[in-house]
Amino acid sequence: MFKIVSAEFLAPEVKRFEIEAPKIAAKRKAGQFVIVRISSQGERIPLTIADSSVERGTITIIVQGIGKTTREINEHKAGEFFMDVVGPLGLPSHIENFGTAISIGGGVGTAIAFPTAKALKEAGNHTISIIGGKSKEYVILENELREICDEVYPTTDDGSYGYHGFVTGKLKDIIESGTKVDFVLAIGPIPMMKAVAEVTRPYGIKTVVSLNPVMVDGTGMCGGCRAVVGGQTVFVCVDGPEFDAHEVDFTLLMKRNNTYRSEEKSALDKHVCSLDKQFAEAINN
Amino acid sequence: MPEQAPNSRNKNFTEVNLGFTEELAKLEAERCLQCPKPKCVEGCPVGVQIKDFIKLVAEGDYLAAASKIKENNVLPAVCGRVCPQEEQCEARCVTGVKGESVAIGRLERFVADYERTTTGIRQAEIKTKTGKKVAIIGSGPAGLSCAGELVQLGHTVTVFEALHDIGGVLIYGIPEFRLPKEIVKAEVDALEALGVEFKTNSVIGFTDTIDELMTVEGYDAVFIGVGAGLPYFMNLPGENYNGVYSANEFLTRVNLMKAYKFPEFDTPVFDVKGKNVAVFGGGNTAMDAVRTSKRLGAANARIIYRRSEVEMPARIEEVHHAKEEGIEFVMLTNPLEFLGDEAGWLYGVKLQKMELGEPDASGRRRPVAIPGSEYVMPIDMAVIAIGNGSNPIIQKTTPDINFNKWGNITVEEATMKTSKKGVFAGGDIVTGGATVILAMGAGRKAATAIDEYLMENAVIQ
Repeated sequence: MFKIVSAEFLAPEVKRFEIEAPKIAAKRKAGQFVIVRISSQGERIPLTIADSSVERGTITIIVQGIGKTTREINEHKAGEFFMDVVGPLGLPSHIENFGTAISIGGGVGTAIAFPTAKALKEAGNHTISIIGGKSKEYVILENELREICDEVYPTTDDGSYGYHGFVTGKLKDIIESGTKVDFVLAIGPIPMMKAVAEVTRPYGIKTVVSLNPVMVDGTGMCGGCRAVVGGQTVFVCVDGPEFDAHEVDFTLLMKRNNTYRSEEKSALDKHVCSLDKQFAEAINN
Repeated sequence: MPEQAPNSRNKNFTEVNLGFTEELAKLEAERCLQCPKPKCVEGCPVGVQIKDFIKLVAEGDYLAAASKIKENNVLPAVCGRVCPQEEQCEARCVTGVKGESVAIGRLERFVADYERTTTGIRQAEIKTKTGKKVAIIGSGPAGLSCAGELVQLGHTVTVFEALHDIGGVLIYGIPEFRLPKEIVKAEVDALEALGVEFKTNSVIGFTDTIDELMTVEGYDAVFIGVGAGLPYFMNLPGENYNGVYSANEFLTRVNLMKAYKFPEFDTPVFDVKGKNVAVFGGGNTAMDAVRTSKRLGAANARIIYRRSEVEMPARIEEVHHAKEEGIEFVMLTNPLEFLGDEAGWLYGVKLQKMELGEPDASGRRRPVAIPGSEYVMPIDMAVIAIGNGSNPIIQKTTPDINFNKWGNITVEEATMKTSKKGVFAGGDIVTGGATVILAMGAGRKAATAIDEYLMENAVIQ
């Protein structure tokens, strides 16, 4: 059992957890992930480690409640426990002093990009962060990123905060303003990562994305997380999760991530129904 | 042995074989000739004292028989169910020359079940504590057998498991209807009662490296039994369409994650009700996968194999059971390409008929394609069950252990010693995909060598 030290919402449906996991805290590097399971009937959910504290023996994960399980995770409070947390899994991000590095996070992707942005800064890069959100309330970790990055640009789709438009618009502006960009990390929804790859491709800027396929064990045993990169099939859990954005077959990734869409929807509907029922019972009592 | 009727069992996940009654077991045991030099024991990778335990069964002393088996085998209820006895002990049984061999496997199963359901699994004796610590990596058959032996020799044993549950392939791979998970749990619990410590959620290489186990955590020796665990695909066009699984993924979803009970359990599996399923491969894993898909409601569940039935590596009993349950066997047929729609969903497979040519390196006749024999079979789900490569995690994180070009650890055959001092290995990570009992044999052999290594060092110190 893994104790939740703190838990707080950063945005609607987006919750940050600090969890006691001293071994993982001591070992993990930027870019790696854990798999969390919350009950004996539960599924295994891969989540990138956003941060860690060796002194406190804790890791931080940031979870977006989308399906039944991620919403159930987000119903957990400080002082409660997660049944299983395993990691650190996957290969660490490749970090070096590229020169100027831009880290782009879309939605909860900002949480996943955060540790790598921090590591890029520590490696001596001039580090720029672009944080995308639908609207102001979805822009997360701005203060945390301002502490570590040289420049931080929030963007919102509706213009309610920062740059009005997508992260790719801001990225284009930076590149076209003459800033020499040596490295781009983009993490977020698949269409966003695909769009970033297309922005940087003509400039030949090295661009890395972190993939989020369906996984079961997370150790290479099942092959469910396979993706195609540079024409080759890879297992994201052991060969990644980070890959060259210009080589990734995003269309395939998007299709494969739809495999359980109907099951996910029916599970979520049932879950929401049972919550409604509990709520109704609570009111009636 | 009594079994569930094919037409009801192919709709449920409860065990197919029902086991001997006491009466049947006794009758069967009395058929044993009690050979002065029993050949059967030579056929057993862990050296179970077969003749002796069968004598005890014939005498009706089932608990003594259980103790006799457990002198050499820490997982008798598992082995009685999944060992290929017909190729091992039973293949050498003298009564088998003219008639049917003594059903050694079924007797082993009866004895283990008798003990578990009457007195519960009784503890073996443990030697005086040596104060030596051994880390076992992987809780599959190799690791469990090594752990069981070492703890009885007085060593302190910790088993590290990457998944959230103990048993490795026994719980994620072999289906409930062939090996009920509560039986695995009972045998694991018995090891725990003996003093074996189990740590789940520990991916050695990541959570701790082998070096850290030995230097920081103070383990005097390490046994690596991590299994094969990296599924092979066929590198065919369309292999990444939705609906194409590795056998590992399909079976793990259904067995370990209990997807057959979705939505009571949260992990889904592709819904095959009324659909067409094709499983590629001819081994026991292929049989497990195809029989599982039938139980999940597939209208047509087929095995597609490029050689003929004679060359299939699966146990005869599994093939027989599969046929009884309505599995269709499409032999001498090879897939060329998977076909999918715009949204990425599998709808068919292009197949080619084969014929048998000259024997190949394995001694089996090589399948040769028949030109012009291509055809399309409509399928909704495909399972690739053509074996496993080796998992790269230990290799990547332990540079001073030697691996061969296939990613298997190289060991000294007699001792299972690796190139790294104090580190031993056995099971599929050494041999490539094999059987539960061969892995257990390797775990047992390594345990003997680890004990010698530890006690030798104890004298020097």
